[in-house]
Amino acid sequence: MKGASLLLFCVCVLAGFCILSLGIGRYPVSPGTIVSWMITGGSADGNVPLIMVGIRLPRLIAAIAAGGALAISGAAYQGLFRNPMVSPDILGVSSGAGFGAALAILLSMPAAVVQVMSFTGGISAVLVAVAVSKAIGRGNDSVLVLVLSGIVVSSLFGALLSMLKYVADPLDKLPAITYWLMGSLADIRMRELRTVLVMVAAGAVPLMLVSWRLNVLSFGEEEARSLGLHTGMMRAVVIVCATMVTAGVISVCGIIGWVGLVVPHISRFVAGPNHRLLLPVSFLIGAAFMLAVDTVARSAVSVEIPIGIITAVAGAPFFIWVMKKSSIRSW
Amino acid sequence: MVNGDGIMLQMKGAGLGYNGRAIVHDVDLEIRSGDILCLLGQNGAGKTTLFRTMLGFIRPVYGTISVDGRDLSRLSPREVAGFVSYVPQSYAMPFSYKARDVVLFGRTAHLGIFAAPGRKDRSIAMECLEILDMAHLADRSFNELSGGERQMVVIARALAQEARFMILDEPASNLDYGNQVRVIRKIRELAGRSIGILMATHHPDHAFMAASRVAVLSNGRLCHNGPPGEMLTPQTLKSVYGVDVQVFDSPDDGGGTRKVCAPVVG
Repeated sequence: MKGASLLLFCVCVLAGFCILSLGIGRYPVSPGTIVSWMITGGSADGNVPLIMVGIRLPRLIAAIAAGGALAISGAAYQGLFRNPMVSPDILGVSSGAGFGAALAILLSMPAAVVQVMSFTGGISAVLVAVAVSKAIGRGNDSVLVLVLSGIVVSSLFGALLSMLKYVADPLDKLPAITYWLMGSLADIRMRELRTVLVMVAAGAVPLMLVSWRLNVLSFGEEEARSLGLHTGMMRAVVIVCATMVTAGVISVCGIIGWVGLVVPHISRFVAGPNHRLLLPVSFLIGAAFMLAVDTVARSAVSVEIPIGIITAVAGAPFFIWVMKKSSIRSW
Repeated sequence: MVNGDGIMLQMKGAGLGYNGRAIVHDVDLEIRSGDILCLLGQNGAGKTTLFRTMLGFIRPVYGTISVDGRDLSRLSPREVAGFVSYVPQSYAMPFSYKARDVVLFGRTAHLGIFAAPGRKDRSIAMECLEILDMAHLADRSFNELSGGERQMVVIARALAQEARFMILDEPASNLDYGNQVRVIRKIRELAGRSIGILMATHHPDHAFMAASRVAVLSNGRLCHNGPPGEMLTPQTLKSVYGVDVQVFDSPDDGGGTRKVCAPVVG
């Protein structure tokens, strides 16, 4: 079975990345030591378990969950909107989340409130977009109206965010907002990790379960319906799950662009268009990509580099390369 | 594969249109399993509206549409798909699925919401490809196929749906001459499997080749509902298309004669 071996290969690559990433950092640990610590639970070097459990492991799990979640929701959205150029923030979840977080930072709220407000902001933006498209479309439920509503809501929240940045204290609040918007996994501890994992599981599992039907949706609204698909319900499931996953990730990691757009592309390139295989492969490749990016972010130079910068710098040329490769074959 | 048992897809006194305004009035139409009903009419006459109503996408403005005695507008998409399959005009897809997978999507209505197709569905899909002589293209990308091949694959998909009725939107219109004839032959074969067929066409000749009945949509009404030989007279064709057309009997090709059209161009 071609699909099974591809999945196995992706899992092995991800596992290799994990071992490498755990070893890299201010306190280098050799891959051999890590593997023996994983198997035996102990190490000749007493610092190793402390570093692993206390610092590197939570961050590693967060990177896997965030990368995988963004990629899988991007892949699901591309299927839903029948367009390989769509990313998870098409309906405004990122700008809504950014606005919520900025507002909380501006009001000097603690980190937990920033997360809650960011999550709420992301969800609200999508709700507004869906409500606007319902109101305009008047039951004539077209995907185009939905996308346009998303774009409008996105730019509205973007403007509100700009306003908050404009009034923010430039010495104290503004850098905090800016840094948050660039995305980082530096502040991930066990508590944040639990939240992320619950969100990701709650969204990603249903997406995986309906993955085959997602294929049918890519024939377009009416044709999918003539094949017996309840398109309205299917669309609701995908939007709810993808939004929850994305808002959950953004609320603890900040805005991380590109992963949800680039990774599904790469995955479609290796796995083909069948969402049954595409979604899990996207998850694994997204996880590996994010893990690599985060490892660079925390270890390349002595200060943290924001993740958003690396994903874009690494993603843009790669994306161009993939587009060139894949434009030879049709989508 | 499909056992019709004299089931009917039926419109009674129906007004078809959008937002409560009918553009086609008082339609009475019935299709029995094994029938081939050809629908003719100018562009914009309302053929698409009629199809959309038949598929349950829109409700009739007034009147009823029923299948097997049940009100179609009360059925879920899945239940409708169990009765009526749909072959849209040929097109390209945003993602490049294999022909085999495209046919497999015809099984959607038979699968649970979390399910993926199993071995039985796969073998039904392959059978349907074989019936349409497309089995050798099963592993080719759908978007790389020719127009005629795509049309056959989409018909195979509709067949895999195992519905008693099939609605085809101008199945032969964008094809070259040979493929037009091949598609028409296959459609006749499907009717032989007691599937009831409703197809739109722009060519009266297609109706002569395939149809057991024709209906003409013109001026917001469905008229000339009956056997093609009686309905498609030079007068009717003139009134529908606005050009002079002669209608002849073809020479006997061993399987009897049929009518053919020859438009007057001089």
